Amino acid sequence: MIKSFLGYLHSGVTPGEAGNLIWITIYVLLVFAGVSLGVMFMNWFERKIMAHMQVRMGPMRVGPHGLLQPIADALKLIIKEDLMPSNADKLVFWFAPVCVVMTAFCAFIVVPFGRTHTITDMNIGVVFMLGVSSLGVLGVIMAGWASNSHYSLMGSLRSGAQMVSYEVAMSMAVVSAVMMTSMVTGTGTLSMIGIVQAQMQQHIWFVFSFFPVGLIALAVFAIAMVAETNRAPFDLPEAESELVAGFMTEYSGFRWSLFFLAEYTSMMAVSSIATTLWLGGWLRPFPNLLGGRNWDLAFSLVPGLTFMALALLCFFTFTRMPRIRAMRGDTAGLGGLACLLGVLGVVMLLPGVRDRVQDIFWFTSKVAFFMYFYVWGRTTFPRYRFDQLMTIGWKVLLPISIGVVILTALIGVRQDLFALVRR
Amino acid sequence: MSDNQFYESLDETKPGHTFLDSNELVLNMGPQHPSTHGVLRVILKLDGEKVNGIECVIGYLHRGIEKIAENRTWAGFGPFVDRLDYTAAVSNSLGYCLAVEKLLGVEVPKRAQYLRVILTELARLASHQVWLGTHVLDIGAVTPLFYAFRDRETILSVFEKYCGARLTTHAFRIGGCRWDAYPGFAEEVLKLCDDLPPMIDEYRNLITGNRIWLQRTKNVGYISPEDCMSYSITGPVLRGSGIGWDLRKAQPYSSYEDFEFDIPTGTAGDTFDRYVVRVEEMRQSIRIIRQAVDGLPEGPIIARVPKVIKPPVGEVYVSTEAPKGELGYFLVSDGGPQPYRVRVRPPSFINLQALEKMAKGSLVADVVAIIGTLDIVLGEVDR
Repeated sequence: MIKSFLGYLHSGVTPGEAGNLIWITIYVLLVFAGVSLGVMFMNWFERKIMAHMQVRMGPMRVGPHGLLQPIADALKLIIKEDLMPSNADKLVFWFAPVCVVMTAFCAFIVVPFGRTHTITDMNIGVVFMLGVSSLGVLGVIMAGWASNSHYSLMGSLRSGAQMVSYEVAMSMAVVSAVMMTSMVTGTGTLSMIGIVQAQMQQHIWFVFSFFPVGLIALAVFAIAMVAETNRAPFDLPEAESELVAGFMTEYSGFRWSLFFLAEYTSMMAVSSIATTLWLGGWLRPFPNLLGGRNWDLAFSLVPGLTFMALALLCFFTFTRMPRIRAMRGDTAGLGGLACLLGVLGVVMLLPGVRDRVQDIFWFTSKVAFFMYFYVWGRTTFPRYRFDQLMTIGWKVLLPISIGVVILTALIGVRQDLFALVRR
Repeated sequence: MSDNQFYESLDETKPGHTFLDSNELVLNMGPQHPSTHGVLRVILKLDGEKVNGIECVIGYLHRGIEKIAENRTWAGFGPFVDRLDYTAAVSNSLGYCLAVEKLLGVEVPKRAQYLRVILTELARLASHQVWLGTHVLDIGAVTPLFYAFRDRETILSVFEKYCGARLTTHAFRIGGCRWDAYPGFAEEVLKLCDDLPPMIDEYRNLITGNRIWLQRTKNVGYISPEDCMSYSITGPVLRGSGIGWDLRKAQPYSSYEDFEFDIPTGTAGDTFDRYVVRVEEMRQSIRIIRQAVDGLPEGPIIARVPKVIKPPVGEVYVSTEAPKGELGYFLVSDGGPQPYRVRVRPPSFINLQALEKMAKGSLVADVVAIIGTLDIVLGEVDR
């Protein structure tokens, strides 16, 4: 058993492929914990970025620079009274947040954090992700119906219509990326890992393939994914100024926090799809321009160095903290954080570790890039009206994405013809 | 539809009568709702997202200010008018003081008039900044709110230095001003006038060219000039429909005839034009403030007014151009130390009446935008 347990480490495949139940369990737990931590960090990150864009400080009190604010918030939500409206449909009301969270987390089964860092590699990975993440709308509609409130009902109906309409344009954009996988090698694939490997073999990220076709596809997907996850400027289902909190109006405490968790998780999930399909997944940047063993080594040091830089930043802030009694805990915490980050950075520089970690690092930073765009969009744009939202989905994004699919096909056919002629 | 029918149709308690039976959904917006600007209650009858019927219920902030006046002295009622439109307390104060002064036949010294103009125009700026922030927030953009409030803060700090209060200032007294300009007042206000236009440009860069903003505001909440006049709408809402009626020009008071300024008007009468008009008004206010500070005459700041004010028997109506429209005071005196009757013509209340006209047939999201563009303050609507 120990042998099979360790056997995975040298197999070079995902635990799902290796069929190693212990590793699968460990990975599921790791991904669950990692995503939850990511949501917590994202909460802090979003509030901080929004605050700085809006000439204010954001959370500053709980922990140094409000780093512990998400933990305090989570704690507050858990101990808060759990209200259920007396006229609510109890069972459905109870099940709705569970359904939303389950589907949001399920999508992460096939997300490739690295060649070997996936729970399992499905041959229909992309379709699975799209399918599972669109199941979340069921939970939203359930929540709206069960709450027995007009605001909730309208919010959930809006959400249902919106998610279904944007799914179409989104899937079309995905189709064009999937078609690109079959270009040079001639073997198309829907597997998430396969798609990244196709980009590796073609020596190009699909966002730059047949420029600007790939870029347009990514743009369509990026807009559709904002709408799909109900974020500003498409946040009509929870439009605060119109519907108070949309389908979440009647939820409070822990149940509400589940919706919150699901929202951020699905944001990360769709960002992961975009990263995998267009931005080369776990691949490091500039493989063509800065290729070769030396550059490989240099890029593999980046994660460790980034952590060291973060540690230095923390240390710098640590030295500048006001030396007063009230801030002593914060200062110590910041120092501890600096040490922790520094140690992590050093560990990540070790040869055995850095090869395994850098995949995850690149993938995560690409996802973080999308998450930043989410926040940026939220601070910048006013909200669309419902009819305008539908117009964009059906009359703008869908034709563009169909056009992209056709263009990709045409270019692909032409390339194949060239290949035939040359042969 | 008569009121009775309307309320009957809302009654879901009748047997066999639920909202599921009809295609209409009754949505009760407010009195606790993020975007009804206080405690306005709006009952919407919806067919999907479309608004088929709209009914405003007001009075949740009714404090009986007009009745209180009858138990206060003429001067003692001064602080109460600050609580009408609390985003521009100074403007309310100006209207009331002008009305009592007209009743008394008092001539206000020139310096006091100029000081009043400076402070009311500052209040107009502050009020428009509150409007801008909240209106844009209603339409879904969060950031401009903070920019507008940051700049409003500088104006409020001028108020604070001038009279000690930031919101409910009670800056003016019957016959003039209570305080003279503090040392450095002119420099501070002029610096504010230099700082604000770039900030207004910043709002413009953030909002005006934004496609979503244009889509959300163009052709939303249209009201024709004829309807404006029949509803007796005043202020920026009227000017947005193309009628250049501004009391500061039409019936100049408090030396407004001394200053050069334009009356911005719109053409389309929609939410976007009203937005443009208000933003342009902010620039014009800065122009007026500059002229008033530069030409601030020396002299007394308050006329000789008896300690106990007993105006002669009679009645008077004085209206001023408050940030939200024509703010009128109708005062009746029976010769005693207390007003016999004070009637306020609140611009918010009268402009709000057009909500049904403007919002019927639009979408839910537009209702929120229209409430924002009417720029109501419930303190003034309910009194």
